[in-house]
Amino acid sequence: MTALTTPARTTARSSPAVTPPSGPRRSATRRRWFVAVVFALPALLLLGVLVVYPMLFSVGRSFFDATGTRFVGGDNYTEMFRDPATLKAIRNSTIWVVVAPTLLTGLGLILAVLTEKVRWATAFKLLLFLPMAVSFLAAGIIFRLAYEEDPDRGVLNAVAVGVHDTFQDASSYPTARARDGQGLAKGADGSFRTTGETRPGRTVALGLVGVQPDELPAGAAPARRAASATAAPDELRGVVYLDFTPGGGGEQGKVDAKERGLPQLAVEAVSGDGKVAARATTAADGSFRFADLAAGPYELRLPARNFAPPYEGISWLGPALVTPAVIGAYLWIWTGFAMVLIGAGLSALPRETLEAARMDGANEWQIFRRITVPLLAPVLTVVFVTLVINVMKVFDLVYIIAPGPVQEEATVLATQMWLVSFGGGQDQGLGSALGVLLLVLVVPAMLFNVRRFRRSQS
Amino acid sequence: MTVITDTPRQERQAWPARLTRRLSSGVVQAVLIVVGLIWITPLAGLFLSSLRTERDNAGSGWWTALAGPGQLSLDNYSTLLADTGITQAFWNTVLISVPATTLVVVLSALAAYAFAWLEFPGRDALFLVVVALLVVPVQVGLLPVAKLFGQLGLFGTIPGVVLFHVAYGLPFAIFLLRNYFAEIPREMLEAARMDGGSEWRIFAQLVLPVGRPALASLAIFQFLWVWNDMLVALLFADSASQPLTVALQSQIRQFGSNIDVLAPGAFLSLVVPVAVFFAFQRHFVQGVMAGSVK
Repeated sequence: MTALTTPARTTARSSPAVTPPSGPRRSATRRRWFVAVVFALPALLLLGVLVVYPMLFSVGRSFFDATGTRFVGGDNYTEMFRDPATLKAIRNSTIWVVVAPTLLTGLGLILAVLTEKVRWATAFKLLLFLPMAVSFLAAGIIFRLAYEEDPDRGVLNAVAVGVHDTFQDASSYPTARARDGQGLAKGADGSFRTTGETRPGRTVALGLVGVQPDELPAGAAPARRAASATAAPDELRGVVYLDFTPGGGGEQGKVDAKERGLPQLAVEAVSGDGKVAARATTAADGSFRFADLAAGPYELRLPARNFAPPYEGISWLGPALVTPAVIGAYLWIWTGFAMVLIGAGLSALPRETLEAARMDGANEWQIFRRITVPLLAPVLTVVFVTLVINVMKVFDLVYIIAPGPVQEEATVLATQMWLVSFGGGQDQGLGSALGVLLLVLVVPAMLFNVRRFRRSQS
Repeated sequence: MTVITDTPRQERQAWPARLTRRLSSGVVQAVLIVVGLIWITPLAGLFLSSLRTERDNAGSGWWTALAGPGQLSLDNYSTLLADTGITQAFWNTVLISVPATTLVVVLSALAAYAFAWLEFPGRDALFLVVVALLVVPVQVGLLPVAKLFGQLGLFGTIPGVVLFHVAYGLPFAIFLLRNYFAEIPREMLEAARMDGGSEWRIFAQLVLPVGRPALASLAIFQFLWVWNDMLVALLFADSASQPLTVALQSQIRQFGSNIDVLAPGAFLSLVVPVAVFFAFQRHFVQGVMAGSVK
């Protein structure tokens, strides 16, 4: 972009110094001006009427009240920093401006460096650049789908649940409960404990209900034999079983012939002083066994983690995560832009410098850290500044992705300006003030552009 | 500048170095493949969802369609295209984007030529104003222009939406083209003037053909910008003149039950810009790069 200019400025076609400008020459000058005006006027007129005038109007309007009849001075501006909704918008916009350009520049840099090392870089760059063609609306819909909270529908939560269940045992019995008066009681923490005490040398049967027989793990075996096994004097044996006979006929509290054990269940033996003396996990027939126990009374406990409800994933669009979630969608759109721009800068770096460093035995990380990044600093700055300007105006994505109830939580300056002015607020004084605030925030970029342009002209 | 291209390099090294490089290149490839998959997944999700019934979408994830492609059908699209509200909105999008793009290109080319090669008082100062206007957020213009359009009877009409887009597209367009035109060798223009060509003929027969790459990038950028816009149309268009983005946006509130409209609708709205992207890759990338200052 910067490289596009260096115009040879047209000086007026120089008149020979000997002859002073005469009448017809002056009219020729005027005619040239006239032609120039015809060329430039339509555009300048539109700019004047629809851009410059509204800008000034907004500044003026921001000093009047909601209906525009009363001059209120700076009240709208002080109101802006008192109104909690607007303050939230300012806070969120700050988060956006700090986080999004930083992440994008970083990601873009890493990917630009990595793509230099593969043959299919062009295809990769095209793929990542593709979202730049997609409207914020479509991207919003795409991410509303992806962030869907139900793990059966939202792909992100499907992945989250999958990963979670891989690392944490999902084989639990969330619906299981104990019948009253059958020796087990539910504790406040969600665990089940034996009501009476038990001692080494005994075999206990712990019955649970509330599990559908077809939800039992495939290998679950009948528990009766294990329930009647005899325990050695220093041994505590037992079985956890489903106290329910499919088809009926079983007796409550008894391990009937058809009743199966609950495998993969954690069992703890808690001694009199409240310490866990031993742990076991039930076998396919629901049996467990604690060997080498010291004599004394014990309480058996089935810890709460056996009965924890299944992990349901992350509430992406809930109030806590909605802003990061929308920023995530923004990254999807803009990473390609950052990568391609930085990649262009990268391929313009002097190859000899990099090769020389490699010859001197520098490793890739050192080259990246000490040579690539410093040389790329100007490009990185341009990318960063560009992104800051764009992020400041982000509107559609927040408006689309944040569901109605959490919209307030996700609001940024541009959406707040919209809501205040048109979306029910109808306070055009405050709305104008917010618009002016947005304008003021881009003034540094404005000056930056003007300065850069003037420098390119000199 | 060709922005998206490989830079193939050959290196000769001792085998241990080659081996570690080969290994690390394997890691790099794996990382990039994963990133690529992450990038394509949301799009695939939209596409597959758009081909499933509302019931399927409510009950299971779109990825189940990968195992059972039987659930895919074009029914959502035929329903969508039978909905006159949606087809009207699609045409409105075209009726807004095409004139808004054409006007910006024409008006900015004329002005850019004046700024680059014609003399008039205050020219350089005016151009600095144009440069300053590059980053003005549209939000500042919404309220006052809405009032103005209300008085002129343009509020809620397609010409109103077009005019707003043109005005806010002009600063960047003029900036881009003026810088490009200024690079035209001066002798070329002087020669044409010597031959007695009028400024108009020089503009039409010399400047425009030479400036074609910049004009193409600009046209693509502007088209994309207007086609994808929602904010401007949300305010300035009424229900008869609203483009596709606004029509779809109004269905978002019942997101869950409207997926069978929203997913194919979103896909319909992105098919055109994506086609433009693939057809004009280079101009597209350059246009977007240059326009990002906006």
